Amino acid sequence: MKRHSTPGMRLTGLLLLLVLAFLLDLTAGPVKIPLRDIFRILFSPVAGNDTWHFIVKNIRLPKAITALLAGCGLSVGGLQMQTLFRNPLAEPGILGITAGASFGVAAVMLSGGSMATLYAIKELGFPGSWLIAIAACAGAGLVMLLVLTLSGRLKDNVIMLIIGLMMSSFTIALVSIWQYFSNPEEVKDYLLWTFGSLGGVTGQQLLILTLLITAGLLTAFLSSKMLDALLLGENYARSMGVTVKRARIIIVCSTSLLAGSITAFCGPIAFIGVAVPHLARLFFNTSSHRILMPACCLIGTVLLLLCDSIAQWPGSDTVLPVNIITSLLGAPMVILLLIRTKKLNSYR
Amino acid sequence: MSSASPLLYTRELQTGYRNGGKKIVVSASLPDLTLRAGQLICLLGPNGSGKSTLLRTLAGLQPALAGRVEIQGSTDHSSTVLAKKISLVLTDRVIGNNLDVYSLVALGRYPWSNWLGGLEETDRAAILKAIEATGIGDLRDRKVHTLSDGESQKVMLARALAQDTPILMLDEPTAHLDLPSRIRLMRLLHVLSRELGKGILLSTHELDLALQVADEVWLLQSAGPLHKGAPEDLILDGTFEAVFAREDVAFDRGTGAFRIPPEGGRQIRLAGEGVTAFWTRRALQREGFTVVDADASGRKPAPDSGPQMQGLGADPLTPSPAPVPDTIHLIEENAGTTWLLESGGISIRCNSVHELLQALNRPHLP
Repeated sequence: MKRHSTPGMRLTGLLLLLVLAFLLDLTAGPVKIPLRDIFRILFSPVAGNDTWHFIVKNIRLPKAITALLAGCGLSVGGLQMQTLFRNPLAEPGILGITAGASFGVAAVMLSGGSMATLYAIKELGFPGSWLIAIAACAGAGLVMLLVLTLSGRLKDNVIMLIIGLMMSSFTIALVSIWQYFSNPEEVKDYLLWTFGSLGGVTGQQLLILTLLITAGLLTAFLSSKMLDALLLGENYARSMGVTVKRARIIIVCSTSLLAGSITAFCGPIAFIGVAVPHLARLFFNTSSHRILMPACCLIGTVLLLLCDSIAQWPGSDTVLPVNIITSLLGAPMVILLLIRTKKLNSYR
Repeated sequence: MSSASPLLYTRELQTGYRNGGKKIVVSASLPDLTLRAGQLICLLGPNGSGKSTLLRTLAGLQPALAGRVEIQGSTDHSSTVLAKKISLVLTDRVIGNNLDVYSLVALGRYPWSNWLGGLEETDRAAILKAIEATGIGDLRDRKVHTLSDGESQKVMLARALAQDTPILMLDEPTAHLDLPSRIRLMRLLHVLSRELGKGILLSTHELDLALQVADEVWLLQSAGPLHKGAPEDLILDGTFEAVFAREDVAFDRGTGAFRIPPEGGRQIRLAGEGVTAFWTRRALQREGFTVVDADASGRKPAPDSGPQMQGLGADPLTPSPAPVPDTIHLIEENAGTTWLLESGGISIRCNSVHELLQALNRPHLP
């Protein structure tokens, strides 16, 4: 690890890495397109090769932008939750927030009367996308508020985690009931959705996702001072002037927006949320959220772009679901880093 | 030293918890309490007597069941307002999550910094002053999770000092500290109250230290009213003894200390004064003797009674009606002290307290 570099230098370095990863992701795919042509397609409105033009502008660019949004959103959401719950394992997925989001999506589908799968959201128009996104965020927020109220009464992190897991199982069970009564075709679609996918978010859906993630990230950045104070626990935070109830609501809203919208459009993407905040803390050796937030955004995006590139390595026709790659790469990496730096006790 | 308008003032305060619709009262009959600038007040009392609850209520961390707390003449207890008036050192464990000591102390500037938490020159000066005052300069770059309990206690105090508020409240700040650190901490708090005019309220179990530095003691009981007053007054009028007797603990007004073994065994007379007599008495009390002053038989008190021994004095116990008890005479000579034990007409010379206790514990004295 670099010793004498300032956080600003490290952020710049990561930004360069991000650009590289972004370009790598644009070149990755079953159809081989040279980097020079990608530049040409990106910067000139009229292109020579129509197929390439279509692939880059309508498939790869939206996918890379989705990866950017999801990388930022998931890792910042994870960071906020780890600080709020003072727990190193806290993450949207573990505390049932992702499950809540999928429940929200399922609820909309069911009340709509159609026994369609979650994959059908891709077919929905503009109002439908909004509805799904709002339902997912509401589902996520509902679960998170429940977990928070219960944890406020219990004041025990382990019990809170168990409650999160229970909430998760409960909502997943509700979704499963709906799955059980669906036909096999739809169940397969649902399974594919749970693998997570960055592709297929285009046009208006991408616009909606961008708006929601921007709103979530802005709220998160504005709450970074509060999060710093919350590192010392709620009593100290209050004694330093944090209105704890309001802080909780702001953080819950922000995390629900981020995790909910990403889950709605990309499915539950594992691992980024729990791993990236740890990587950011190790790499930047700080606890200040003003630095950790952009660090999480950059690291999360780079990781997700790399995972997505690997998932569709050029030369092979098969595209693996991104969720598999994030877990396959992420798990050993975090274990290795934690063992090497022996930072485990810092979370006790 | 103490200005006219109090920093903190309570009226008909009742502390406790609300559980659903039920009120669980912790302290019902509190007198009106006042904390003035430049005052150091120690909150004493056994476990479960409501020290922390009272402290938390005064600090605005939990609402009062009844009555009101006025802080600098205001009853606005919103956290943003209180943060500029009261800083806290709590018993809450700080996990830190990669937090280093400097950043933690810097968090004390929270109420004064801008919306992003950026630090100005005045903030940095306050942080450095707090680090210097608590003597944690060496710890600056350490991660909070690597600190020992005592070190972390000091760091949390530095954070509270950096917050730079007129009132400082500490919940058992001496809990994890070794004896020198405890004394340094108490001295620091004393200086802070005297020189910077801060109003300091701390709860502690360190009775001896509290008695030395406190301007006022608030003595809580498990059941019963809160007694307040100058510590010496509470000792002299027997309040301490009475309160701790209720807890089944004997407070010795003569020594200002607690007696651990129960009294009431054989009576023994001790002739002598000074440091040697003080520690001989302690040894005899430990062995269960009830020590009675014998006439000092004209011996001069030992010249080397240290400044820490203010507790020495006449023991206010009643004279013995029993058959003539054993007597111990202290003989101070150039070579050292000799203990002369007179028992049933026989004298035994002992050269140390250990020998004396051995002689006394022999099953049948000749």
